[in-house]
Amino acid sequence: MTGKSTLAALCLLAGTTHAAAPAAMHARNLAANCTPCHSPDAPAPNAIPRIASLPADRILQRLQAFRSGNAPATVMHQIVRGYSDEQLALIATHLAASPDPAFDQR
Amino acid sequence: MNRRRFLRSLGLAATTPASAILAACSSAPRRGAAHVVVVGGGYGGATTAKYLRMWSAGRIDVTLVEREARFVSCPMSNLVLAGLRTLDDLTASYDRLRTRWGVRVINDEVAHIDVARRKLRLARNDGIGFDRVVLAPGVDFLTEQVAGLAGNFERIPHAWKAGPQTELLRRRIEAMPEGGVFALHVPKSPYRCPPGPYERACLVAHYLRARKPRAKLLLLDANSEIQSKRALFAAAFAGPYKDIIEYRPDSTLLSVDAQTLSAELEFDRVRADVLNVIPPMRAGRLVDSLDVPLTNGRWADVDWRTMEVRDRPGVHLIGDAVLAAPGMPKSGHIANQQAKLAAAAIVELFDGRSPDPVPTLLNTCYSFVDDRNAIHVATVHRYDAAEGTVLPVAGAGGLSSTASEEEGHYAAAWARNIRADMLA
Repeated sequence: MTGKSTLAALCLLAGTTHAAAPAAMHARNLAANCTPCHSPDAPAPNAIPRIASLPADRILQRLQAFRSGNAPATVMHQIVRGYSDEQLALIATHLAASPDPAFDQR
Repeated sequence: MNRRRFLRSLGLAATTPASAILAACSSAPRRGAAHVVVVGGGYGGATTAKYLRMWSAGRIDVTLVEREARFVSCPMSNLVLAGLRTLDDLTASYDRLRTRWGVRVINDEVAHIDVARRKLRLARNDGIGFDRVVLAPGVDFLTEQVAGLAGNFERIPHAWKAGPQTELLRRRIEAMPEGGVFALHVPKSPYRCPPGPYERACLVAHYLRARKPRAKLLLLDANSEIQSKRALFAAAFAGPYKDIIEYRPDSTLLSVDAQTLSAELEFDRVRADVLNVIPPMRAGRLVDSLDVPLTNGRWADVDWRTMEVRDRPGVHLIGDAVLAAPGMPKSGHIANQQAKLAAAAIVELFDGRSPDPVPTLLNTCYSFVDDRNAIHVATVHRYDAAEGTVLPVAGAGGLSSTASEEEGHYAAAWARNIRADMLA
């Protein structure tokens, strides 16, 4: 296999494996609401917590605690009220599966 | 062939992140690949370019046309006026879009868009064809609406597009005499960055209080009240800045005199030592190529499921140039969100699928009231199929209870993180 044809195959592979099903696509889009502040590419140290790659149940617990008022917040308690329980679960699941380059580089 | 050997044959390490592979994909030109051109590399355009490459996994070729060589952020530029940041802090390179994401970045200006032929004419380079185009032209000023303003932005800076104008206004503020007057004019809404003028008033007043304590700041607002974070800014004007800031609502600006730095208002006339006029504004004039009606002659309407311009399929528009949906500000953060909405829809459309039926956008907008303390406004916006537009989600969002140092830290982190989200 030459480098060039391998590259073409890889690009094709990257394409087919990333074609998102509607539900996964919606989850990805919702999670992209979070990344202006919680970008996995954000520099460290950072006043805003990193959330990509954390376990989904931990992310979801935290989001629900913001909504119930059990976790202190400046803005997150206002933001989470814009999403249903189902949407918060989709967001948590997607973020948990997102690679965090800061962890990859360790 | 296993993954390690497969990648090694490409000269890539097995630990190579997927994004490096994307960069390699684009460097090999591919026949038949979909091509999207993004015009404008601000908060909206740069984010679109990156997310198109990421979400198409390199299957869509992306060209970004930007007239400046480097990105300069408008958010945080009021801190430069107060000497709390340098313009360099707000400046960033487009290199990672090239090397990590495989975006072709062209430093040029678009002269014309031929929608029917799917072609762009550039000022300096050869024209380029596209399958879809995403326009992120920002705003242009309606300078002619203020008599005497045209051609006088050296004497009367706007500093509403970050760059040389920001540094010019900073120098003017530093050179202001003791006991001088800084006059700041706010145009009628809608304009870019609703809280921006009031943040500017606070930060300039913060500087004046320390360095020129007898100086005054006249805040001449064409609107009837503070346009964003009203109670929070009002508290700053009445509290720490009560001896410096004088807020005058309903102050429509009719004309300026660049020689005397005086401003003729509807019911008043003022003379200043530094005159800072934020001019009335409209969608970047690039949208005139599309030959679509503009609301109030200023803003272009879009289909909120795809960000396509009404009646111009394949032509997407994002950012400040868009006729805003109810309750939606013209902010860098919203431009980031519209960029992702457009990128997601474009990927689905190229794959022959329907775009997300319920696109959702989030806005969080921080303003500094001094060197440490900041305030926020947050809103969530969701597509409403019955209304055919995006509406604020009832019960969500809100304001800071008070300005705080904690939010000052978040505001600074926001600026670094959103930049990483679009350019890293």
